Amino acid sequence: MFQPDANACAVRRRVLRAGGVLVALALVRPALADANGLKAAIAAYSSGREAKPGRVAIDVARLVDNGNAVPITVRVDSPMTAADHVRAIALFNERNPERDVARFALSARSGRAVVSTRIRLATSQQLVAIATMSDGSLWSGAIDVIVTLAACIEGEG
Amino acid sequence: MARTLITVPQDAKRGDVVEIRVLIAHPMETGYRVGSDGKRVPRDILRRFACRLDGEVVFAAELFPAVSANPYLAFPLRVERSGTLSFTWEGDGGFAQTETAALNVA
Amino acid sequence: MRRALAALALGVFASGVLVAGSAQAQQDARRSGYDDMSPATQAMQRDDTQNPAMLFVADGEALWKRPAGSDAKTCASCHGDVRTGMRGVAARYPAFDASLARPVTLGERINLCRTRQQRAEAWRAESPDLLALEAYVALQSRGQAITPPNDDRLAPFRARGEQRYRQRIGQLDLACAQCHDDHAGKRLGGSTIPQGHPTGYPIYRLEWQGLGSLQRRLRGCYTGVRAEAPAFGAIGLVELELYLASRAAGMTVESPAVRP
Repeated sequence: MFQPDANACAVRRRVLRAGGVLVALALVRPALADANGLKAAIAAYSSGREAKPGRVAIDVARLVDNGNAVPITVRVDSPMTAADHVRAIALFNERNPERDVARFALSARSGRAVVSTRIRLATSQQLVAIATMSDGSLWSGAIDVIVTLAACIEGEG
Repeated sequence: MARTLITVPQDAKRGDVVEIRVLIAHPMETGYRVGSDGKRVPRDILRRFACRLDGEVVFAAELFPAVSANPYLAFPLRVERSGTLSFTWEGDGGFAQTETAALNVA
Repeated sequence: MRRALAALALGVFASGVLVAGSAQAQQDARRSGYDDMSPATQAMQRDDTQNPAMLFVADGEALWKRPAGSDAKTCASCHGDVRTGMRGVAARYPAFDASLARPVTLGERINLCRTRQQRAEAWRAESPDLLALEAYVALQSRGQAITPPNDDRLAPFRARGEQRYRQRIGQLDLACAQCHDDHAGKRLGGSTIPQGHPTGYPIYRLEWQGLGSLQRRLRGCYTGVRAEAPAFGAIGLVELELYLASRAAGMTVESPAVRP
């Protein structure tokens, strides 16, 4: 008769416990991974639809002079024809007080899918741009930016 | 009336894709800044921008506090014929301003 | 030297394209703050359709033509077209004012014109109108060489300005010279320490999110080393501006510049 020994039972209990911890971690991790609500903000914008990474390029200095005015250009690879063009570009940030940065509406009349502006960045963080195409598909691009604030703290000028 | 600086290329030919640039003087007060009195300065930003060609929207933007003071926008437009461009900014405190510029296309 | 300066002035385009400081003379180690900025910020300054300071220059243009004071005179009434009347003027400031018997900055000169000639009220230091007009006038020197006046009466003030530049101050016990001469080019908290040449004032400073004068910047440095900042218009600040201008003599005016 097969007699499981005490050690095997102990090992099994340990494995089950570890498995339980792993399951618990798996449940907790998504929240940890979106501590700033960036994923949630994007999900709210896209009504939960997934954006495929690609076709969207964010052009920004990797190390900015001052977070108050960071020049940024978002480019989307698209023929911009009536049949196939970018309808909207939405820009999100990770660590400002609010996730939204700006949203742009384009059309086939735009000719090119490229928009430039200047944005505020509170600290080093990730930026994500979501492009909505005329066929409803979503594409995304992301970039990490390092922000160093002005070194000398001065009072009201 | 806020000061604006609008740049529309004047040498465009039919079918060209030009870049239009707009700058407007506005503090884009985020609502998160603390003034010298220790109190938060209330939000006061521009929220919407639209560019129309002969009345039809060809570009629009929704702006949030993360957009810098004196907001700058550069956007493309494929030009087919001459017309009138209008640029409208709307924002907090009932801010509303429209500027126009001629689009001359060869 | 004069021929080199003339050649420099001729070689710079009115559209604001900046000739690098190193083009002046083979041995000139001086760098404008422009050279220490990222390419994106440089592009913001270089292009008049993108430079936020140009919004305020447009305000200055309107002010140039606006009647003021009891006689309703405009700047144009005496000075005519700004491009000829104000050409090269900003590049020569601070300059000596005989009746005050001391040097004055461009901003102070504008206010002296307002009170003496237009019989209007002086504008408050750093007020939007004063800065806008200063930017408009300074633009008329863009591309020219900083040319401090060859005026013996300025000598004692300039000497005191240099003394102030080398004087340790504040809780951090630092002199301007230590950062801007000895450690220029190195980094302070991620920013490159510039040499501190007043090549572009009034500047659109990203940190201020607006336009400001050299005096505002100097006062910011005082606060930065935890010293008490002199009041706007204090003679000590004017003397320091005077010294800085002579230290930057020959460098190209970039006004109105963009700085981080």
